[in-house]
Amino acid sequence: MVHGHGWTGRALRLWLPLGFFLIVTLFPFYWMAITSLKPNAELYSTKVMPLIVHHPTLKHYVDLLTETSFLQWTWNTTIVAVVSTAISLVFGSMLAYPLARMNFPGGALIAFAVAATYLVPQPLLFIPLADIINRLGLGNTLTSVILTYPTMLVPFCAWLLMGYFKTVPRDLEDAARIDGATRVQTMVRVILPLCTPGFISAGIFAFTLAQNEFLYALIFLTNTDVRTVPVGAIAELVRGDVFYWGQLMAAALLGSIPVAIIYSFFVEHYVAGLTSGSVKA
Amino acid sequence: MPSQAAALATPSITVRRRRRGFRYWTEQESVFAWLMIIPPLLFLIALVGYPFVYGILLSLEDRPVAHAGTFVGLQNFVTNFHDPVFWQVARNTFLYTFCATVLKAVGGLGMALVMNQVFPAKNVIRALMLLPFIVPTVLSTVAWMWILDPSFSVVNWAMFQLGFPRPGPAWLGNPSLAMFSLIMINTWRGLPFYGITLLAGLQTIPPDLHEAAVIDGAGTWARFRYITLPLLMPVIFIVTLFSVIFTFSDFQLVYVLTRGGPANATHLFATYAFDIAMGAGQFGLGASVALAMLPALAVVIAGLAFYMRRR
Repeated sequence: MVHGHGWTGRALRLWLPLGFFLIVTLFPFYWMAITSLKPNAELYSTKVMPLIVHHPTLKHYVDLLTETSFLQWTWNTTIVAVVSTAISLVFGSMLAYPLARMNFPGGALIAFAVAATYLVPQPLLFIPLADIINRLGLGNTLTSVILTYPTMLVPFCAWLLMGYFKTVPRDLEDAARIDGATRVQTMVRVILPLCTPGFISAGIFAFTLAQNEFLYALIFLTNTDVRTVPVGAIAELVRGDVFYWGQLMAAALLGSIPVAIIYSFFVEHYVAGLTSGSVKA
Repeated sequence: MPSQAAALATPSITVRRRRRGFRYWTEQESVFAWLMIIPPLLFLIALVGYPFVYGILLSLEDRPVAHAGTFVGLQNFVTNFHDPVFWQVARNTFLYTFCATVLKAVGGLGMALVMNQVFPAKNVIRALMLLPFIVPTVLSTVAWMWILDPSFSVVNWAMFQLGFPRPGPAWLGNPSLAMFSLIMINTWRGLPFYGITLLAGLQTIPPDLHEAAVIDGAGTWARFRYITLPLLMPVIFIVTLFSVIFTFSDFQLVYVLTRGGPANATHLFATYAFDIAMGAGQFGLGASVALAMLPALAVVIAGLAFYMRRR
């Protein structure tokens, strides 16, 4: 703790550590970007100063888009992320709504089971799941990951949405019920619309998690045309011991950009989703 | 009054005893609740509950890939118990989890305290700080792999400029350095989660407490020690438990950067189980390695459950 006053104190307390955190955080992204713009001659030379690009080129991007299935992978990733997020939001709210707003036998047990499911890490399940997916004949189909991603996302969405559902005053529900609305109508027309921020938070979070998933995609998807971006990049831009660094970095950057753009529009919702589990608002 | 009494009396005689229809039934609170819960519950039982139990059964079988399994009891666990690599993997996993968690907790607290001050463009900076956490891990890890490349590492280039000899350390080629590098990269990725969550926690601490403490003559350290830290403890606790679970079962970083090498120095439970099951095709043995994570995870999850209940 620094006791200094004026600008030296502020520099030590704020700007110096802030600068350190920013440089450490952002340097790998800077490195990705400039590597993807360097010609191979510059990339694999120990004589050139590496921190800037001397002869920028888009060759790696062109090669990535024309010589690999990168666009196909991007398409696959998007489909998988959209569908599994939609499934997760529907199932998540079907779990969260009764758990948050109703008293029924077995409710506490279900709430605990959902929380426990959220905490079961993938590596505990991937071997049996690989066998199950094979026996169902779902290997190398996008269905395999569309079915398995919600296993991580549903408990998360349910947990997050429960918090939002609980905040809607009981009176609103009672008023709707007295006016003759059924339970389904009360839920769909009264409660859910009031929880839109919760759905955005849960949706954004689920979408980024689905886009980033690696282990299940690595095991279930082994054909080029069904791969997602993370698996495609690792499996096909590294051939044997040869790393196509320029293309790899171009793929890493292009693969990160959609997530980063969506995220930049919804930072507040993302942060709300991130912190909901641990910080009571 | 008489008419009211009549009205009260009539129903039992004149109103038809309506059959309680489907609609009436589904409007019951507990029926409606269960009707909503059953579809997602069946889904989770089929794809989490069943695989979990099936994994336990697999771990009791000798089950080469694409062959029927034979029940062997605890043989797989005995094999692991006598496998020195298994114990090395266990040590690696605990070391990795412990070091990365401590670094993330301390660094994240620092990040939160720095970010809790007033400065321009705060929201933009906070958004940038979260990038390592939201970008696909595999893709940012590839960038780290290139940063630590044996021949063209920018870190080694910088060290050379500072007077260290070429070619510099083999960050992923030397057993201890490889573990060190993995811990640092895991910290890089996980730090924003701590930082941003703890920042949200800091913002719930009422400023009056600090103002009152200043009036009472408390210094910066005293205020941190006796106000900030105790009030932040619940958040730190939860975030750490979450982070421990996901660090302990980490797969991607190791798979991309070292595949467990050199000489198994960086194998974690998840990557070792993957190698045995997917590489060597021993599903039963692989499942038993994955299950070895369960006791430690169960302790953490029980801690979390206990804590949530007490709150």
